[in-house]
Amino acid sequence: MKGPAAHWHDEPTDFGQMGKLPRGHGVAPAAAIGSLNITSATTDEELLDLPWHLALEDWPVANLAALPRGLSRHIVRFAHLSGSVIAVKETSEHVARHEYHMLRRLQRLDVPCVEPLAVLTGRRTADGSELDPVLVTRHLRFSLPYRALFSQTLRRDTLTRLIDAQALLLVRLHLVGFYWGDVSLSNTLFRRDAGAFAAYLVDAETGELYPELSNGQREYDLEIARVNIAGELMDLHEGGLIEEKIDPLATSERIMDSYRKLWAELTGKESFDLGERWRVNARIRRLNELGFDVEEFTIKTTADGSSIQLQPKVVDAGHHQRRLLQLTGLDAEENQARRLLNDMDAYRADNNPDLDQELSAHLWVRQVFEPVVRAIPRELQGKLEPAEVVHQLLEHRWYLSEEQNRNVPLAEAVQSYIDNVLRHRRDEAAFMLQEDSRPAGPPRPDTGGTPPASRPDGS
Amino acid sequence: MATVTFDNATRRYPGMAGPAVDGLTLDIADGEFLVLVGPTGCGKSTALRMLAGLEDVDAGRVLIDGRDVTTAPANDRDVAMVFQNYALYPHMTVADNMGFALKIAGVPADELAERVREAARLLELEEFLDRKPKALSGGQRQRVAMGRAIVRHPRVFLMDEPLSNLDAALRAQTRTQIASLTRRLGVTTVYVTHDQVEAMTLGDRVAVLRDGVLQQVAPPRELYDRPANLFVAGFIGSPPMNLLQLPVDDGAVRLGGAVLPLPAAAAASPAAAASVVLGVRPEDFEVAVDQPAGLAVKVESVEELGADAYLHGKAAPAGPGGQPVRLTARVDVRQPPEPGSTVHLLPTASRVHFFDPATRRRLG
Repeated sequence: MKGPAAHWHDEPTDFGQMGKLPRGHGVAPAAAIGSLNITSATTDEELLDLPWHLALEDWPVANLAALPRGLSRHIVRFAHLSGSVIAVKETSEHVARHEYHMLRRLQRLDVPCVEPLAVLTGRRTADGSELDPVLVTRHLRFSLPYRALFSQTLRRDTLTRLIDAQALLLVRLHLVGFYWGDVSLSNTLFRRDAGAFAAYLVDAETGELYPELSNGQREYDLEIARVNIAGELMDLHEGGLIEEKIDPLATSERIMDSYRKLWAELTGKESFDLGERWRVNARIRRLNELGFDVEEFTIKTTADGSSIQLQPKVVDAGHHQRRLLQLTGLDAEENQARRLLNDMDAYRADNNPDLDQELSAHLWVRQVFEPVVRAIPRELQGKLEPAEVVHQLLEHRWYLSEEQNRNVPLAEAVQSYIDNVLRHRRDEAAFMLQEDSRPAGPPRPDTGGTPPASRPDGS
Repeated sequence: MATVTFDNATRRYPGMAGPAVDGLTLDIADGEFLVLVGPTGCGKSTALRMLAGLEDVDAGRVLIDGRDVTTAPANDRDVAMVFQNYALYPHMTVADNMGFALKIAGVPADELAERVREAARLLELEEFLDRKPKALSGGQRQRVAMGRAIVRHPRVFLMDEPLSNLDAALRAQTRTQIASLTRRLGVTTVYVTHDQVEAMTLGDRVAVLRDGVLQQVAPPRELYDRPANLFVAGFIGSPPMNLLQLPVDDGAVRLGGAVLPLPAAAAASPAAAASVVLGVRPEDFEVAVDQPAGLAVKVESVEELGADAYLHGKAAPAGPGGQPVRLTARVDVRQPPEPGSTVHLLPTASRVHFFDPATRRRLG
């Protein structure tokens, strides 16, 4: 049965005010009592099948994908919608609209964040009592909450990689003028990224957008990050979820360091003699290595013309992602893309050194990437996303080859990887923590693939 | 504890036509609870962020306890932004949840414990200190969050719409707690809200901003009884004040049969020689079915709000060629007039307001 009558509309996300969403912006036109007001850029009729006439706390189990864990200031539920999972949060109308528009703007600015789907107002129970408005976002496939990555056998560097990913996300947000106001591991989701992690913003409730941020805003966000991360790690400590030897305070300091280094590299001024112009290219290469393209530099010469001052003005994350996309049409996280590009280069050198790059990339997709992805049995496809599978397979093959002192053929490596690694991993396509503090599914070491002694690609 | 001073402080955003905060001058006394209120985009949050050190100050100064902090970093100002983020940690006790930021800041354990105990006493959370937050109600969790700010012993509390993401019941409860708590602590507090009810119930004084410009700063009662200009008159009060531009005749204006003499100050204003804006709050009308001295108003609707009821009606134009005048008046909730009927509204002469139509300022 379809749900109540609904009035669908969309509203512009561009508003003149700095910082917060202006109150009264795009307030839904009054709909008839008992009909829902849905603000959304898309019209997914299946949204109406959800039990909007019930408070979220009372939603039947049949609709739920999972119950969130932890203490939240809002009631949140994960539900099924059109083959994907959505997060539904009950809150006030202005807060819901504010977050919806912030997430939309972040998406347009190409910053990793969850996808906002809709704001629903005008909810009423069967007896006509009003229910709180909700914000609906789409769950990010293959993303993991940070708590899912902790267990007693946590790889020692997982935590630092998480924090580095969080620092990179914060830098990217600050570059586009977004002040987060509540930076924390809990408000972030992590996707595996070829041994590292890619961080996505999940909660933009306290966020504000400006043409650019003041140092005060950036520093305050960083301080919030440090305190929140320390608090989160102290909590994991109390709960016995991380090893005793991890020091929450020292670990939380890492975000300051990681952030500041990256910020300085991306935005800092550099002066050098006119004769050292090679340093312009060196800076570009360093930024590319960090995963950024430089769209614009400010280059000034001193009054006497003897030296040059260089400062990147517009930098754009996703250097390797874009290159991979251009060459192959494949979409991957930044480190996965870097890893796949490395393999593509090695493939070309080994097989067709004289072929041009585009053609060789095309062959690599047909002869390496696609055969691996096709070989994954359907029931294992929810374990990891394809680019991560290929990355892990390449690592696995490298270790096998080293162990057996021969060049293990791809097909054999794939079979070994499926049987010995992939089959034993948990499903992460729509992974959510359950109410209890342990991740759903059997706890197992977070190995991210074959435990490496050293990495074949040098990363 | 500290005084706060905005001295002609201005903030401009690149690419915006006018300043977000324009020459704000405001003295906040030690221990005062000052509310910044105004419509969306008026600059109230920007002003708060300038005080917090999150926003550059383009001109003028900001002082805390007489010390110029205009360019001081945020963490060197000894101010606390209150529950911008109040995630509670499930495995930590209430005491640890309140005190963990002090631990990070390196406060010695015995001092930390004492500060947490003191805050818990104020917040009536002492008996819960060893429990986990899961065992607490929504209101108690909110108090733990407040405790986090209190244990820091800041000189100034800064609150930017701290209640906006709470549901209505918790919002009312927390508002009351904030009011009593800040007074008991005596810490200077600057509180930003768009909600005039919050402003009027919480503030020792309320500063009304519009387009980055301070309109009036006064205790709530004075703001209500003597609005300095038309904007404040229209913004403070719900339903809003009735504002009618009327011709001046022999030092007075007429509203129906009522003659309302202008205050002496009106004589100094050239514009007021021809016309003034008369302001009457909805509760300052006497309503009668047969009151020839008043203004005849046709009742269009009656809005019943439980304790009060308001009529919304239409009167004949004040002058030739004018528009019909729309008015709101409080009526007896037990005997509200019928929609469609005609009533007479007589303003209480001692409670009316006059404004200069040119300068928009209060007369008298």
